[in-house]
Amino acid sequence: MTADSEDRRDFLYLTGAAFGAVGVACAVAPMINSLNPAKDTLALASTEVDISAIPVGESKTVMWRGKPVFIKHRTAEEIAEARKVNVDVLPDKQSDEDRVEKPEWLVVVGICTHLGCVPVGQKTSDAHGDYDGWFCPCHGSHYDTSARIRKGPAPKNLAVPPYEFISDTVIRIG
Amino acid sequence: MGSSERTVFENPVVEWIDSRLPVFTMMQKEYGVFPTPKNFNYLWNFGAIAMFMLVTMIVTGIVLAMHYTADVTQSFDAVERIMRDVNGGWLLRYMHSNGGSFFFIAVYIHIFRGMYYGSYKQPRELLWILGVVIFILMMATAFIGYVLPWGQMSLWGATVITNLFSAIPLVGDSIVTLLWGGFSVDNPTLTRFFALHYLLPFVIFAVVFLHIWALHVTGSNNPLGLEPKTEKDTLPFHPYYTMKDSFGVVVFLLLYAYVVFFAPNMLGHPDNYIPANSLVTPAHIVPEWYFLPFYAMLRAITFDIGIPFTDIVIISAKLGGVITMFGSLLLWLVLPWLDTHPLRSARFRPLYKKLLILLVLDFIFLGYVGSQAADATLLGIPLSVFGLIATGLYFAYFIVILPWLSKNEKGRELPASIHEAVLAKNKK
Amino acid sequence: MKKHLLILLSVLLVMPLGVAIAGGDAPEAEHQRWHFDGHFGTFDRAAQQRGLKVYREVCAACHGLKRIAFRNLEALGYDEGQVKAIAGEYTVEDGPDDEGDMFERPARPSDRFPSPFANENQAKSANNGALPPDLSLIIKARHHGPDYVYGLLTGYEEAPEGTTLLEGQHWNKYMPGHIIAMAPPVSDDQVTYEDETPQTVEQYSKDVVEFLAWASEPELEERKSTGIKVLIFLLAFAGIMYAIKKKIWASVH
Repeated sequence: MTADSEDRRDFLYLTGAAFGAVGVACAVAPMINSLNPAKDTLALASTEVDISAIPVGESKTVMWRGKPVFIKHRTAEEIAEARKVNVDVLPDKQSDEDRVEKPEWLVVVGICTHLGCVPVGQKTSDAHGDYDGWFCPCHGSHYDTSARIRKGPAPKNLAVPPYEFISDTVIRIG
Repeated sequence: MGSSERTVFENPVVEWIDSRLPVFTMMQKEYGVFPTPKNFNYLWNFGAIAMFMLVTMIVTGIVLAMHYTADVTQSFDAVERIMRDVNGGWLLRYMHSNGGSFFFIAVYIHIFRGMYYGSYKQPRELLWILGVVIFILMMATAFIGYVLPWGQMSLWGATVITNLFSAIPLVGDSIVTLLWGGFSVDNPTLTRFFALHYLLPFVIFAVVFLHIWALHVTGSNNPLGLEPKTEKDTLPFHPYYTMKDSFGVVVFLLLYAYVVFFAPNMLGHPDNYIPANSLVTPAHIVPEWYFLPFYAMLRAITFDIGIPFTDIVIISAKLGGVITMFGSLLLWLVLPWLDTHPLRSARFRPLYKKLLILLVLDFIFLGYVGSQAADATLLGIPLSVFGLIATGLYFAYFIVILPWLSKNEKGRELPASIHEAVLAKNKK
Repeated sequence: MKKHLLILLSVLLVMPLGVAIAGGDAPEAEHQRWHFDGHFGTFDRAAQQRGLKVYREVCAACHGLKRIAFRNLEALGYDEGQVKAIAGEYTVEDGPDDEGDMFERPARPSDRFPSPFANENQAKSANNGALPPDLSLIIKARHHGPDYVYGLLTGYEEAPEGTTLLEGQHWNKYMPGHIIAMAPPVSDDQVTYEDETPQTVEQYSKDVVEFLAWASEPELEERKSTGIKVLIFLLAFAGIMYAIKKKIWASVH
């Protein structure tokens, strides 16, 4: 066998192997991609909520993408309490102004940033923790009236989902 | 499986593993240097192609199972959701539904290749029997898989086929109730079928492993049916047959892809896009194409068998049909003992060759009969008459013709060796 | 020998085709030319939009389309705003609300076409006992679906002499058994097209089939265009594997 024909053979082998690899990759890719959220799941990724019926001082829980979202109609005292805190002393430094669209409405994902439990504090009769917000019973994380972490193992504030007011009484989450 | 002779590998990692678990030695022995007759034709590709299809079915099936729900109120919708909303779901489902058909195409060709070249003969009887077991398992898997989309054909196909078992004397009805988990094909049936449809492919995989193991004990048959005598008769499996098989697989893939992308419902039945309805039976229940010859044999027996001139029925038409259908498969199991002719390959048995081709045509004709409505006619004669004749021919071939040929057919003279035959052919 | 094998092989491969074609005792509808036919066929967006109009103004009175969500209509060439507007014209039931009551609200793009009847029994009792099938899959659920549905819509004729039709029954050339409960659904000029397209029963039927074919197989365009790429790839791959095989086997014999 001459060097030339050996080169040609090696080239053929390489091309064949490359085609095989590309073929397998192209076959596997759609299978993995099929595990991503389907189109109907994505279509439900936003939800509209009528907040007109929530009295001052009370809150409502709605489901969004399979997760509870806390919508709190805050009192003036609660807003004042959230705003007077020195941001620099917080574990997760965020001012209340950055966390709300309108001061009287707080919208957060109700999932503790520690290990994913749902904190209590939605009902007026619930425990509210040391900072008058929410309290996670799993491992004792305390959240304030802006749902920021103040005490306990959770590393971050309750997340604020993307939302907008489409009218004075309706918000769209997602 | 523990082999005392181990290959020494240069790569230290491979060597480390191999000295503890000699998988590389095994691969090297069974797929690297494995001596394989050098005169295979392209029909010998279909084993590898069938293996490829089995893997394709298992992989697409596992992903589909992640999107599927086995529940009579939800299954049809779950499948439609896969078709419409799941990313690339239509591709997965069409690959799977047509993959079943192409798996059967490959396996049917593989089986008839085995018959043509006498691959079932001593010492490969067990290899052949394991193959028939795989085929029967495939039929079971395909049948219950067809039930899962819960369309009209799913429900009514399942009803008709499970009712076969009611033909068994005494315990038949109890068996059917047990299969159904109720009093008709319903939710319990669907959920257990799903569980079994997930399980059986892995059983098939295990039997395929035994099939290949048995193959590697005896070595492959070949178009001449001669055992390799010297090294001149064989080639190492790699690269000769790995590359030839890869080529065959890609060509087969071309046909498969063509159907998946351009005629994905050609082999299916439109009625299965109508959600299952236990109040409406489709005008014409047909199984998937790969069952049709057997379905025709099931329907061929339309009369009770009993003592003449009395009303005593020994075998009812229903039981007769069931026995005929299962019998037609059992004949394959005992084929090595029905055809005991010393020559393997049909190349050297002109009469056998003609009759086998006749059998294949008969089998295809049975498929046509099975696809037609029960009251169809051909040339003005009820089709069931042709069905009965074709069924009779099928059984006669195995029970009468093969044993007779084994005793009486004078074969042609065999070449001295595979090598010489190949040389002679190349000279021409 | 080789010849025999080839014949056997091709017969085995062709067998399923023959079987698929066989069967079905309905008179075969004439084949029409469809924009989505063939290996490169795509849907005709304008015809689909007209077909949607026909569906909404005619078929939707009795036939549901429950597998199609309004968001899917973007495939017909509508933008997000237009889809929202179409959805907004429908009311769907939602709930329960905080008091536990079901309530009605305008549909959103994520909603599916509401069915004209609350359940099958209501549909049957409103239609003389016949159930108008949901149309989401009708094209795939009939042999030669597009031609059949077109044939059915245009196939109403006077019943031949000697046929007695009960009340609520009609004679149709392409219906299996010829007797159909659906009255001729559409007549010329019933639906107003905004462009110059002729407002005839034939045109309405063609357009609605174009729309329903998409409803049955929304993946058709993606499927065919992917298929062409896959076949080209596999052809090249097969060529390379053949060359490799030949090269390796060249030294044998």
